[in-house]
Amino acid sequence: MLEQQLVNGLMLGGIYVLVAVAFTLTIGILNFLNFSIPGVFMLSGIFTWVLLKAGVYWPLAILGAIFVGAAASLLVERCTYSWMRSSDHYVPLVSSMGFLILFENLVLVQWGSDLQRVVLPFSDLNLRFASLVISIPQLLSLVLAICLVVGLRILLQRTQMGRALRAVAENATTAEILGVVVSRLVPTVFIIGGLFAALGGMLFALNYQQVHPFMGEEVALKGISAMVIGGMGNVWGSVLGGLLIGVIEVLSIHFFNADFVDFSVYGLLLVILFLKPTGLLGASGIVREKF
Amino acid sequence: MSGYVEGILVILLLNVVFAYAVYWPLAAGQLNLGVAGFVGVGAYLSAYLSNEYGISPYLACIGGGLVTFVFALIIAVPVLRTKGIYLALATFALGQVLQSLFLNLEVVGGAAGYPVIAYIGLTGIAVIAVAVFLVTAFLERTRFGLNMVAVHDDEAVSDLFGVNVRRYQALAFAIGAGFAGIGGGLYGHHFSYIEPQNYSILFSISVVLFVLLGGTQTVLGPLLGAVFFTLLPEVLRGSEEWRYAIFAVFIIVTMILRPQGLVTTFELRAVRRLFGGGGGGGGSGLGRRAHG
Repeated sequence: MLEQQLVNGLMLGGIYVLVAVAFTLTIGILNFLNFSIPGVFMLSGIFTWVLLKAGVYWPLAILGAIFVGAAASLLVERCTYSWMRSSDHYVPLVSSMGFLILFENLVLVQWGSDLQRVVLPFSDLNLRFASLVISIPQLLSLVLAICLVVGLRILLQRTQMGRALRAVAENATTAEILGVVVSRLVPTVFIIGGLFAALGGMLFALNYQQVHPFMGEEVALKGISAMVIGGMGNVWGSVLGGLLIGVIEVLSIHFFNADFVDFSVYGLLLVILFLKPTGLLGASGIVREKF
Repeated sequence: MSGYVEGILVILLLNVVFAYAVYWPLAAGQLNLGVAGFVGVGAYLSAYLSNEYGISPYLACIGGGLVTFVFALIIAVPVLRTKGIYLALATFALGQVLQSLFLNLEVVGGAAGYPVIAYIGLTGIAVIAVAVFLVTAFLERTRFGLNMVAVHDDEAVSDLFGVNVRRYQALAFAIGAGFAGIGGGLYGHHFSYIEPQNYSILFSISVVLFVLLGGTQTVLGPLLGAVFFTLLPEVLRGSEEWRYAIFAVFIIVTMILRPQGLVTTFELRAVRRLFGGGGGGGGSGLGRRAHG
């Protein structure tokens, strides 16, 4: 059933979109590949499971999980960005990788490495169009992802804060001279990015009903690929890239086998990097200039 | 020597080889996140050579390393068209593609893994690891090493002074890959079994992490990083489940307090002064690299 696979691919892509947007925000505005995002994604997924298991009313549980993710992202900002400006470009990358390992192993110590089943508080509902089956939570997460991206675009283009963020992306020093309080904006970027990643992790836990300490890695690697394929720092590029990768992944399994997924996804990434490093929709000006 | 100590020494020496595989590109300003892929190429090639053609395992390892070197030299042409974060991402993608290639190559067992018949013990690994270190330390002291540092510090100026920037970048990338290939061969022949899961991005990331922890300004940095990375978990063995968390905290704190790594030119110069070498050691390869 090809149509069904395409639908599944788009739904999976919705999760990648959220993670890719989280990556593209820090790289577009702060010029920093934030490797702690898989950790934030995982923390939120794990906390969704923990809170639901503890019997917390489900809307509170998902809010709590997202809060934990955003807080973790803020912690990363406190310990990396303040020290990164004067050093080599890979130093913040390295300390954010340190945070990924830290988060994963703290969860490992606390809850073990087993795959945990998330029991949903509501019965799984499916929509049926002719022979197509669409799960409502998955559809909601795709719609939510697109809405949030539209919201983010409006925030960046129309508001005072968005103007300040774009100024920082253009040139942090000049923005500071012109009166933008950079030290107050940077945490905002991390919190917004953390919210996107945390939302992705929470939705992943609800949609696929399983969590474990390393669940963030594979999703985040695909998210990074989605970001590059669409165009680094370009929010709509992340949407296109995320959906594209979701579909490619599902089609690779459909036509070949599961072992073939990485080959096609990362092969595409490699080809894009060789032929058009700015991605399908073009990277934002800041990234293009600096690299 | 007890089996425990021998086991740790083997891992330590292999980590030293992998450390220099990452150090070479870094010394020319390239962050290689795909080193696991090259390790895998060397491992599979050398295992295939010694299994199918009965070649001596040492020759197979060196041969595997050489082929990996040539392969990297060719792949460097498109890879090095990218710079900075794009280069890191291109090497990451390359590593992932190589890993999935191993997974789909039925000749060498695919997902089931590939047993290696011939065996290389501690002594053999030690000899090759020391050789890798000495080759690196020697090349650093030559004009070749000087040009490499120049390319790392400022591409445009090196170009103006007549250094062929592209050639040095490609060579640094390929030498690193060659070492990775040799290390992969040694790993396979020691542990008698290789499988695609060994060559994941996490392997690449941890090597990059401990090399940067040690510092890339001097040739001793990666060595220290490898020693540290191998022995710290053993020292922390009492707190078994906490060891990786502690390692992570260590990385974060190091990057805050000493982003240039544990060993830098400054320490080496201080040590030399202490032993009466004075400032006269300016021509020495160690401690020459400027910061950044």
